[in-house]
Amino acid sequence: MNLETMTALELGAAIRKGEISAVEAAQFSLRQIETYDSRFSCFVTVQDDILQRAEEVQKRISVGEYTSPLAGVPMGIKDNMCQKGVQTSCGSRMLANFKPTYTATAVEEIMQAGAVPLGKLNMDEFAMGSTSETSWFGATKNPWNAECVPGGSSGGSAAAVAAGECFYALGSDTGGSIRQPASFCGVTGIKPTYGSVSRFGLVAYASSLDQIGPLARDAADCAAVLGEIMKRDVKDNTSVATQGVNLDAVLHYDVKGKKIGIPTDFFGDGLDKDVAATVQTAARQLERMGATVEQFDMPIVKYAIPAYYIIAAAEASSNLSRYDGIKYGYRPEHVDDLLDLYTRSRSEGFGMEVKRRIMLGCFVLSSGYYDAYYRKALQAKALIKAAFDRAFERYDLILGPVAPTTALKIGENLADPLKMYLGDIYTVMINLAGLPAASVPCGFDRKGMPVGMQLIGSYFHETDILGAAHAYQQVTDWHKRRPAGLDNL
Amino acid sequence: MMITDELVTYLEALGRIRLPEESRAKAQRDLQEILQYIDTLSELDTEGIEPLSHALPLTNVMREDEVQPSIPPEEVLANAPVRKDNYFLVPRSFE
Amino acid sequence: MYHTPAWETVMGLEVHVELSTKTKIFCGCTTAFGGEPNTHCCPICIGMPGVLPSLNKAVVEYATKAGLALNCEITRYNKFDRKNYFYPDLPKAYQISQLYLPICRNGGVEIEAEGGGRKVIGIHEIHMEEDAGKLVHDPATNATMVDYNRCGVPLIEIVSEPDFRSANEVIRYLEKLKAILQYIGVSDCKMQEGSLRADINLSVRPAGSEAFGTRTEMKNMNSFKAIGRAIAGESARQIHLLEHGGAVTQETRRWDDDKNESFAMRSKEDAQDYKYFPEPDLIPIEISEEVIEQTRRSLPELPEAKRRRYVSELGLSEYDAEQITASKVLVALFEQNLAAGCPAKELANWIMGEVMHLLSESGKEPEDIPFDYGSLGALIGMVEKNEITRSTAKKVFKAVFEENCDPVEYVEQHNLKTVTDTGAVKTVIEEVIAANQKSVEEYKSGKEKALQYLIGQSMRALRGKADPQTVTAILKELLG
Repeated sequence: MNLETMTALELGAAIRKGEISAVEAAQFSLRQIETYDSRFSCFVTVQDDILQRAEEVQKRISVGEYTSPLAGVPMGIKDNMCQKGVQTSCGSRMLANFKPTYTATAVEEIMQAGAVPLGKLNMDEFAMGSTSETSWFGATKNPWNAECVPGGSSGGSAAAVAAGECFYALGSDTGGSIRQPASFCGVTGIKPTYGSVSRFGLVAYASSLDQIGPLARDAADCAAVLGEIMKRDVKDNTSVATQGVNLDAVLHYDVKGKKIGIPTDFFGDGLDKDVAATVQTAARQLERMGATVEQFDMPIVKYAIPAYYIIAAAEASSNLSRYDGIKYGYRPEHVDDLLDLYTRSRSEGFGMEVKRRIMLGCFVLSSGYYDAYYRKALQAKALIKAAFDRAFERYDLILGPVAPTTALKIGENLADPLKMYLGDIYTVMINLAGLPAASVPCGFDRKGMPVGMQLIGSYFHETDILGAAHAYQQVTDWHKRRPAGLDNL
Repeated sequence: MMITDELVTYLEALGRIRLPEESRAKAQRDLQEILQYIDTLSELDTEGIEPLSHALPLTNVMREDEVQPSIPPEEVLANAPVRKDNYFLVPRSFE
Repeated sequence: MYHTPAWETVMGLEVHVELSTKTKIFCGCTTAFGGEPNTHCCPICIGMPGVLPSLNKAVVEYATKAGLALNCEITRYNKFDRKNYFYPDLPKAYQISQLYLPICRNGGVEIEAEGGGRKVIGIHEIHMEEDAGKLVHDPATNATMVDYNRCGVPLIEIVSEPDFRSANEVIRYLEKLKAILQYIGVSDCKMQEGSLRADINLSVRPAGSEAFGTRTEMKNMNSFKAIGRAIAGESARQIHLLEHGGAVTQETRRWDDDKNESFAMRSKEDAQDYKYFPEPDLIPIEISEEVIEQTRRSLPELPEAKRRRYVSELGLSEYDAEQITASKVLVALFEQNLAAGCPAKELANWIMGEVMHLLSESGKEPEDIPFDYGSLGALIGMVEKNEITRSTAKKVFKAVFEENCDPVEYVEQHNLKTVTDTGAVKTVIEEVIAANQKSVEEYKSGKEKALQYLIGQSMRALRGKADPQTVTAILKELLG
């Protein structure tokens, strides 16, 4: 049994058959973390009760209490999901000592399925960034090349799966934060339809866009995770009851006869040639498998980033106002007065990117500018949704790149925020429309860095996305490739 | 839209943050650049388009008026940086 | 008068009313008043990271009821918005409220106008929102302590049009509002517990002028007496300013009832910019025509309709009808005994007389009525049947009020029944005459006063249990 190449579902099956125990699986992951995490810095916190939890899970599996295909599988959680008693920092000095007294619904659901959480995964501070460099706890590195970023903001989640430190991870995606790091690290990740996974306990960045989803070794694993966490939650007014994901349907999905649309506007200026070629090759592969692939225009694409940054910054500026040094979080030793308490707690507790987005958000909401910016952005959002609605009248899936480039060098974008924002061009509009979309490994660039293709589905069509991805992964092995040098340290 | 020094100061005040002196100038330039880019949105014709807050057309999700247990004050205050008895404590906030 | 008639005071009110739902607006914590600090809290109402609001259905129902009772149009498509500002009593640093689409609009309440007649105070809008926590000054540390128990208690804010011209109108409106909201059961409106608080927007203008003057706002007034004084004080201040070449600054002021003066609240360093935007965590609420009609039908008879009925059908005076219908409790006291067969006018007289008298004497509100409502009717019944005299009834009522005793038993135990046996009365009076020969002679020599004395002595001897008219008649007869 080679745990290093096993998927979560394969490991889950082996545990159920008694070929390996949940405790042994956890011990394996702990060894992996010990071996690799000093190199890649994926984890902010490694839990100290992993083996106890694994033992308990094993017992419950043995008595038939846990029957999920994922029971006993070690996994990681992005550090913006609350877990009772476990430090939840959001990659920020602000919450470096914050231990919630409650657990996020998605985490609770995955625990109910018998997950063994290993710890909390690094991220851009408050999920604001595309590189995982803005974390107070330092940058996470890309397992394919430690000089490169893993993407972000769920960079710790993607890198941990790529490095084999965990079998799957929960991430969150506000403007591409699952898909882009999945693409950069060569793993499969999906942001489900807005509202299909509860956001309760997910520390908010931009409430109308945030969504939890899995990052894993392949599409089937993602489907299995979604099967556990896609549930309506009374604690989240925006959550909806869905059909969930049918794992069986995913495993037997046939792309034959499916119509796939490719927006020409996804292949414009700024798209790396290798990425373009790789994604187009993947499209031809799907065509060979029986899908029809067709190009179409989607000119609204160019307005997605402005609309996204207005809405996200506005909501963020409000969501992050609760960090005031009173109830929890960072507070300086001595403060002069109330204003000093607010200003210094927030100035010393937040990093530069967070401050920038707070200021941008305050600007677009401030009196006199609301209509020109925020309201206008909500109108753009309506147009973007309408454009996708029209496209999905014709296509079952939309295909394109996830990001204009592969993983950049650490530090390359840090000094140029606008350049970093522009990297979100293909992902943010999916969040604005609230649609589900996955990143699926489909090749490498000339430097050997992974490339992901983005598969976008209509509302609640996660099964189609992951079904097509699974079918693709049956005839390709990009998702099985592992970073060189992981075994021979 | 020009991002002036005064505007930066105003935005700092609104957000209750203060930029470090050495990064103020760069922050101002960055904000200017970002805003210039964001301003391209003004080209988009949105005449007559209803602003969309929620992507999904949900309505009337509400809960019943049934009391749930509160949490003990120890938990309420578990993460408080400063407290006195079972109160949170802040600098004097009365006029 | 607090100002010369050359000036007119113009006021509008923003009234915050805490709804009496069982739970808070966005979480399941209790809304019970009081409690040890930070014991009615959960991660949601103290704004912990990652938590989400979950809207309480009853809040929408109560707000709809209030809107209908206040003659408002109900908004079919409702949204919530965020009002952003930093303050320690607001843990999320934003208040979930309604700016763009408030649940009710364009209503009105009829009150008695200053100088007679009736007048409608327009209601501009009512919106739903959440209450903030409580700040307590700690002298030991010279710091402020924060208690989040009230945080998230549902509020409706009732915004009036600037239709008030006097403190009396303001107080009548608040009394009417309080009565209506209590009737329909959406709030207990206890001002001393802060469940009804008024912000007063006040400006003055030369009498006859159409233009509004610059207004100030006095926040969180929570007693009728203080409101009266605050209006007088602030009007006088503004008039004084204007008459001495000054100008009124638009600002928020705090009324200090002890000093009988208002003070400008320290203005924050930067301008207030609430950065309102639609609340992304809550989805829209649609209120159907059907639900509105259902709610309308479920409303009880409201004070205004009752007042008219009491006058036209029961023959009460305008004043009595107005006073009784101003309180849900007085109405209950009135209607319960009316249903038991008490004559309406007699009942009203008792309520307006003895009940109000003892309430005010003991410093109590109608809500604090300490006796079983039925006791009043029983007592009146005994008077009606001539079982006790009116003066006995008053004494008995005092006991009922103080001890909540059963009036019938009380009369029985204390042997207070009217002596109906005229022979027995005669015997007692004869004894009185015998013992007061001096007065008898004075009476016979024409001194009317002496008769009063003898009546008094006889009543005392009868321990008040005889009808004074009977006593007078017998006395006169015996004295020839």
